Amino acid sequence: MTRDGDEFRDSSMGTAELHRRLAAIWSTPSGLWGALSTVDHKIIGRRYITTAFVFLALGGLLSMLMRLQLAQPEARFIGPDRYNQIFTMHGTNMMFLFAVPVMQAMAIYLVPLMVGTRNIAFPRLNAFSYWMYLAGGLLLWIAFVVDAGPDVGWFAYVPLSGPQYGAGKRADIWAQMITFTEVSALAIAVEIVVTVFKQRAPGMSLDRIPLFVWSMLVTSFLVIMAMPAIMVASTSLILDRLVGTHFFNPAEGGDVLLWQHLFWFFGHPEVYIIFLPAVGMVSAIVATFTRRPVFGYLGMVMALIATGVLAFGLWVHHMFVAGLPRLGESFFTASSMAIAVPAGLQIFCWLATMWAGRPVFKTPFLFVVGFMVIFVIGGLTGVMVASVPFDTQVHDTYFVVAHFHYVLVGGAVFPLLGAIYYWFPKFTGRMMSEVLGRWIFGLIFAGFNLTFFPMHILGLQGMPRRIYTYQPEMPWSGLNLFISFSAVILAAGFLLFFIDAIRSARSGSLASANPWGATTLEWATSSPPPPYNFARPPVVESLEPLSGDLETLPVASGLRVDRRELLTSSVVHASPEAREASPGDSIWPLWAALATTLMLIWSIFSPWAVVWGSVPIAITLIGWFWPKGVPEDEA
Amino acid sequence: MKEKIVIDLADLPPHGLGTASQSWWGTLAFMLIEGTGFALAIVVYLYLMSLAPPWPLDAAPPDLLAGTTLTVFLVLSVLPNIFLNRWAHQQDLRKVRIGLIAMSLVGIVPLILRAFEFPAMHIKWDQNAYGSIVWVMLGLHTTHILTDLVETLVLTCLMFSRHADNPRRFGDVNDNAMYWNFVVATWLPIYACLYWVPRL
Amino acid sequence: MRTARALLLSILVATSGCGGQQSALGSQGAPAIHVEHLILGMVAVCAAIWILVMITLGTALLRARPRTARQDDGSEKPLTMAVSAAVAATTLIIAGLTIASFYTTRGIGLADSTALTITVKGQQWWWQVFYADSSTGPGFQTANEIHIPVGRDVRLQLESPDVIHSFWVPSLAGKQDLVPGRSNSLLLRAEKPGVYRGQCAEFCGLQHSHMAIMVIAEAPGAFEGWAATQRLDAVVSADSDTAAGQASFMAKPCAACHTIRGTPAGGTTGPDLTHIGGRRTIAAGLVETTRGSLAAWIADPQTHKPGNNMPMVSLTSTELRNISAYMESLK
Repeated sequence: MTRDGDEFRDSSMGTAELHRRLAAIWSTPSGLWGALSTVDHKIIGRRYITTAFVFLALGGLLSMLMRLQLAQPEARFIGPDRYNQIFTMHGTNMMFLFAVPVMQAMAIYLVPLMVGTRNIAFPRLNAFSYWMYLAGGLLLWIAFVVDAGPDVGWFAYVPLSGPQYGAGKRADIWAQMITFTEVSALAIAVEIVVTVFKQRAPGMSLDRIPLFVWSMLVTSFLVIMAMPAIMVASTSLILDRLVGTHFFNPAEGGDVLLWQHLFWFFGHPEVYIIFLPAVGMVSAIVATFTRRPVFGYLGMVMALIATGVLAFGLWVHHMFVAGLPRLGESFFTASSMAIAVPAGLQIFCWLATMWAGRPVFKTPFLFVVGFMVIFVIGGLTGVMVASVPFDTQVHDTYFVVAHFHYVLVGGAVFPLLGAIYYWFPKFTGRMMSEVLGRWIFGLIFAGFNLTFFPMHILGLQGMPRRIYTYQPEMPWSGLNLFISFSAVILAAGFLLFFIDAIRSARSGSLASANPWGATTLEWATSSPPPPYNFARPPVVESLEPLSGDLETLPVASGLRVDRRELLTSSVVHASPEAREASPGDSIWPLWAALATTLMLIWSIFSPWAVVWGSVPIAITLIGWFWPKGVPEDEA
Repeated sequence: MKEKIVIDLADLPPHGLGTASQSWWGTLAFMLIEGTGFALAIVVYLYLMSLAPPWPLDAAPPDLLAGTTLTVFLVLSVLPNIFLNRWAHQQDLRKVRIGLIAMSLVGIVPLILRAFEFPAMHIKWDQNAYGSIVWVMLGLHTTHILTDLVETLVLTCLMFSRHADNPRRFGDVNDNAMYWNFVVATWLPIYACLYWVPRL
Repeated sequence: MRTARALLLSILVATSGCGGQQSALGSQGAPAIHVEHLILGMVAVCAAIWILVMITLGTALLRARPRTARQDDGSEKPLTMAVSAAVAATTLIIAGLTIASFYTTRGIGLADSTALTITVKGQQWWWQVFYADSSTGPGFQTANEIHIPVGRDVRLQLESPDVIHSFWVPSLAGKQDLVPGRSNSLLLRAEKPGVYRGQCAEFCGLQHSHMAIMVIAEAPGAFEGWAATQRLDAVVSADSDTAAGQASFMAKPCAACHTIRGTPAGGTTGPDLTHIGGRRTIAAGLVETTRGSLAAWIADPQTHKPGNNMPMVSLTSTELRNISAYMESLK
C-alpha cells in the first residue's frame, strides 16, 4: 500500500478504504468556519448560483415596479428620481450581478467535473472571487435601499454621470460596484482557462472537450480581453469625479464619446459573455435529449471562436446616432451583420441534431425549444438594428428593449433554466418536478412573449426607453397596460420556478448518478459528487466518454491519498504531466476580500484609500500565499 | 459505475514546473489582462491626441532625462533577471538568494527615478485631459513596479525561511522573473508614447 | 411579399392611434420614408426566415422516425448538405440586407445647399432653437417648437451645453444625438403640412420623459409669416391685467432666467418667452398653452415636472393671474 516511504497511493487500495481516505482529506469541515474557508468548487459554485438567483429575483421585483408605474400614462406611483434608480439598478443588477456571474458560476461547478478533475485551478482565488462578488452586490443594494442607488443608467453615460451632473456618490457606487464584479469575473476567467488547459482528464484532447467546456473557455477569453476596458472606463470616471481629471470633459481636452467607446468595447462582448455559455448549455441539453452527439462538432467550436473574435468588432453599433463618421459606421454595420453567420450555423447544427436524433421532451429540452423560438427572433431583430438607418429610428426605443430581452432572456435565461433542470440532480442529488417544470415552462414562455413582443411595436410607434412616464395623448397606454398584465404571468412562472427549486432541493425524488442517460464526465460520479469528485481520475477515449453500453469506466491510478492531489496534463493532447497538489481550505481569501472591500469603498471617498488601504490587502495576500508546511506544499 | 484502471501515474512528478504548472499559465493569463489594460491606456492617449490639434495640450513635451534613464535601467535589469531565472531553474538556492536580493534592489531604483518623471511631464493630472492620461499611464505602470517589488521582497524572505528548499518556491521565482520581464516590456511602448509621440 | 407588407403596415398603423404623429411608421418626410421602406422590407424578410426556421424546428421534433435505434453514420451526409446550404443562404441574405442598408444610408442625410439651417440646443429638459439670419430677415430665438417650410430641406445643427440628448421626430427623420463638445447635424424634411411630435431619445436625467418638441410644417408663405412674427419684439396689449402681469414679471425673479425681447427681461437660463403665447405647448410639450395651464405651471412647476430647473416663485393670486395673462398675450 505504501510507496516511497510514507506516501499513500490509491493504486491497489480497496474502494471503501479509498473513499474513506479521500473524504478525510478533501471534505469541507462542518460549521461556520468550514463554510467560510472552504475552497471546494462545488460548494462555492452552488453558493454563487444561489446568490445570482437571489439577485435575479430582486431584479425581477424592480421590473415589476417599473411595469406598475408604466401601466398607465402619467402615473404617480414612483417619482422620476426613484424610477431612474430602479431602471439603473435593474440593468446593472441583471448584467453584473446576475447574468455574467450565474454563467461563470455554472462553469465553476461544472467545468472541473466535465473535464474530470477534482477541483478548479486556483481554488482559493475562486473563494476570493465569490466574496468580492457578494461584497459588490451588497454595496449596490444597500446603497439602493438607503436612496443612494445609481440613477445614471447601467451604461452611466458622461456627462450625466460625471462630476458636474451626477450629484452625491450614486455614480461612484455604480463605478466601484463594477470594480468588484470585474475582479471576481476576471478571477473566474483565469481559473477556467487554466482548468481547461491544464487539468483535463488523460486523453481528453482538444477534439474531445465537451461543447459546454469549449464555450466557457471562449467566454473566459472574452472576459479577459473585454473587462479591462470597463475597468479603465470606471476608474477614469471615478478619477474625474474624485480628483478632478478631465478624461470626459470636453472643455479641457477630454471627450464625451470616449466613455461610450470604452464602455461598449466592453459592453458588446459582454453580451457574448452571457450568450456563449448558454450556447454550451443548449449543446449539452440537445445532445442528451436527442440521444445523439451534436451535429457538426468542429463547426460548433469554430462558430464559438468566430463569435468570440467578431464580438470585439461590433461596439460602434451602439453609437450609430452619436454622430460618428459614416464610413466607420458602415464597417460596423457589416461586422454586426456578419456575426449572424456563426450564430446561424449553430442554430442549423442544433436543428440537424434534432432532426437526426430521437427527441425526449423533458423540461430541460422544452426550455431549449423555447430558446430556439425566441432567440431566432432576437437574432433577426439584431440584424435589423445593425443597419444604421434602421437603427436611427429604433435606437433607444422600446424596440431595442424588446430586442435585447429576446436575446438575453430568450438566448441566455431560457437555456439557463433548462440547464438548472438538467444539472439540478447533480447539484443536489434530487430531481426537480417534471410536472411543475412543464407549467413553469409554459408560463414563462407565454408570459415572456406577451410581455416583450408588443414592445417592438411600441418602439416603432415612437416610445423611447428610460422614461418614467408618458403623456395620455400618446397612443401607448393600451399596449403598456397589456404588457404590465403579461408581466404578471411571467413573474408567476418565475415564482413557481423558485418554489420548485426550493422544494426539490429539500424533498425532490432522489437522483441516480446519471438520471438522463447523458454522456459527459460529470455524470460518471455520484449525485451530488463527493468532495473529491472522482475516486480515481477518469481516462477519456472519445468525445462521449459515457456513451453506449458503458459498464466500466477507464480510470487512472497512482495518486496520493494523504494530500489533495489531482492530475495536470498537456494543453493539446491532455497527456498526464504531473500529480499536482490542490490547495486546501483557507480563511485568508475571505480576509483578503474584506481588505479589498474596505479599500474599494473607502476610495469612493478619498484617493488616499488607495495608499493606506493597500497595506491590509498586502498583509492578507502574504498570509494567503505564505507556505504553511502542509503536504500540499510538497513537491 | 465500476472502474477499470487503465494507467498508473505513480511515477509522475509530484509538481509540474514551467508550462506544466498551473501557476505559470495563471501568471500568463494575468499578464494578458494587464497587457490589455496597458494597451487600452495607450489607445486612450492616442484617441485624445487625435481630438486635440496641439499636442501636448498646454504643456511642453516631457523632459527626457528621468524617463530615458529609467528606460535604460529597466532594459538592463532584464539581465540579472535572466540569471535569477536560470538559477531558479537549476534550483540553486544560494545563487537564487543572491539574485533575489539583487532584484529587490533593482526594483527600488525605478521607483526613485519615477518620482522625477512626474514633474518632468510639466503638467498636473487636473489641468487637462493630457495631464490626466499622462498621470494615469505613469501611475498604472508604477503600481506594477510596486507590486512586483513587494512580491520580490516577500519571495526573498521566503527563500531565507525553512520553506525555501522546495521546487515550488523555485517555480514561484521563475514566475516572478517572468512578471518582471512583463513589467519592463510594457514600459517600452508607454515610454515611446509618453516621451516621443509628443515630439512627432 | 407585397400583401405581407401591407398587412404588417395596417396592423402597426392601426395600433398607432391618432394619426401617427410620433411614429416611425407614419413617416411624412423623405428621410423617414426611406427608412420606413427599409424597416418594412427587413421585417418582412426576417419574418419569412423565422417562419422557415420554425417549420424546420417543428418538423425536426415531430417527424415520424424509424423504429430502429440510432441511424448509422452514413445518414449524416444529407444533414451536412442541408446545414451548408442554410449557412450559404444566411450569408447571401445578410449580404443583401447589408447592401440595402448602405443604399438607404446614401439616400438620406445629404442636405442641399439651399437648406434652411436651424440650430437646436438640448437643455435639461427643454429645447432651445435658433434661426440664423437669412435673406428675409435677421435671426431669432424660440423654444420647444420648430416651424419649417414644407418641401424644403432643413439642416439642423445639434449641440448641447449640458448632457447628451437626442433629437428624434420619427415621422420626419431618424434620431441624432446632441453631444456636449461636438456638433452634429441632421436633415429634416416634411412633405406635407402638419404637426409632428418628437421627444428626447437619450436618457438625460430626471425629466427625460418630459422633453418633447413640436415640428410644425407649413406652406412656405405661412412659414415666412410665422418667422416675421417671431422677429418682432414682444408687444404689451392695452389690457390692464397684462400690463400688471408684465410689471410683476419684471419685479419677480422670472426675468433673471427668461428673455422677453423688447422688455428688460434678459435672462438666458430658461426658454426665451418673447412669443410663448403663440406656441402650442409649454414646458417642452407638457401641456397645451392656455391661460389656465400657464397659471398652474407658474404656481407649482415642481409638481408638474418634478426636478426641473424652474423654482416655485411665491406669488399672490392676483400676480399669478396677471402674469399668466401676460404670458398668454405674448403671441
